[in-house]
Amino acid sequence: MAERLSNREGIKGMANPTRYGIERVAYWLQRLTGLGLLAYLIGHIYETSTIVNGKIAWDKMLEFTQTPQGHIFLTLVIGMCVFHTVNGVRVMLGHGGIGVGKPGQPEYPYKAASLNYKQRLCIWVSIALAALAMMYGASVLFGD
Amino acid sequence: MAVVAVPKPSEESKTKITGQPNTITLRISRSNPSEGQEAAFSEFQIPVQKWTTVLEAILYVKQNFDHSVAVRYSCRQASCGSCGMKINGKPALACYTKISELNSNVVTVEPMNNFPIIRDLAVDFKQLISNHKKMKPFIIREDSEVTPESKEFIQTPQDLEKYLQFSYCIKCGLCNSACPTMATDTSFIGPQGLAQAYRYVADNRDKGKDERLKIVDDSHGIWRCHFAGSCSQVCPKGVDPAMAIQLLRGYLLGFRK
Repeated sequence: MAERLSNREGIKGMANPTRYGIERVAYWLQRLTGLGLLAYLIGHIYETSTIVNGKIAWDKMLEFTQTPQGHIFLTLVIGMCVFHTVNGVRVMLGHGGIGVGKPGQPEYPYKAASLNYKQRLCIWVSIALAALAMMYGASVLFGD
Repeated sequence: MAVVAVPKPSEESKTKITGQPNTITLRISRSNPSEGQEAAFSEFQIPVQKWTTVLEAILYVKQNFDHSVAVRYSCRQASCGSCGMKINGKPALACYTKISELNSNVVTVEPMNNFPIIRDLAVDFKQLISNHKKMKPFIIREDSEVTPESKEFIQTPQDLEKYLQFSYCIKCGLCNSACPTMATDTSFIGPQGLAQAYRYVADNRDKGKDERLKIVDDSHGIWRCHFAGSCSQVCPKGVDPAMAIQLLRGYLLGFRK
């Protein structure tokens, strides 16, 4: 009720990457990959902790994870990790005011200096590096 | 008194000028939360020209079909910041958005998100104004340039350029409406307030930097900005709140003095 009265977009609006250009897509991907990596970290700790239950338990776990589905998941993890890292460096530098442009007299049509080509290029580079890393990862995992 | 008669364009020249269908469907979101009335769309067929703005189309509805449509507007020239609304899903000023730019025969107008709705397209600016005031939007210093003994505060054009663009904020609220953090955090200061904090911090006449940094250094303050840049995408005056926020954060992170 309170949400409706305040007319806030909520999670649905926050997670909608379609309306505000590539910067908003990068924001969305950063969050998504962050959550994905957190889920992987928890899963990874669970997976590796099975070793304390002995060799049989560990082999059983490997049987479960060393499958084509497991390889696809790992390939996604590689992509998430690379994008999150590279884009994260861009965002961290931006947070310090680096690469966001200089204040000046705005002129019509008022293109925002902070959304400059360097920022956009970094986002595309993050996506490209993630795609490359995924391809390499997939070739190694599925190579045998 | 001189009377200037404007020649009426013929039907043929009208079509030549517009080069698009002369009628569009305007969908206006109607709601009245205080009366418990849920949002529903009213549709109107509006004749448009190449230069017709969304605000003019809404006013056409008020004049010809339904005068009860609630909309806030004043200057009609993107100076007062009153007519912010969601136009085809994106926050924009109705007076500054031409229907011909939207490339659609259906134009949907809704109240801005992240602001409580008063009625129809009019939203409540209480939070935006209160957050703006929290940033102490005035020059802070002990002495004043108005005393007879003191000199005026000297500022070079370079000093002026450091904050000038941020002083063009018209408080229309579009940035707060587009911000993904504002969508979920009810206590977030918002890009408008944070950009105004930077506007005064960057002003070399001002001595209130530490005071303002203390205010924005809060769990619902500057750290909740994740540099999505949507605020700067929708700003109609080129204020670029995203830049102001990152530069302001530079002070807190020690990148700037």
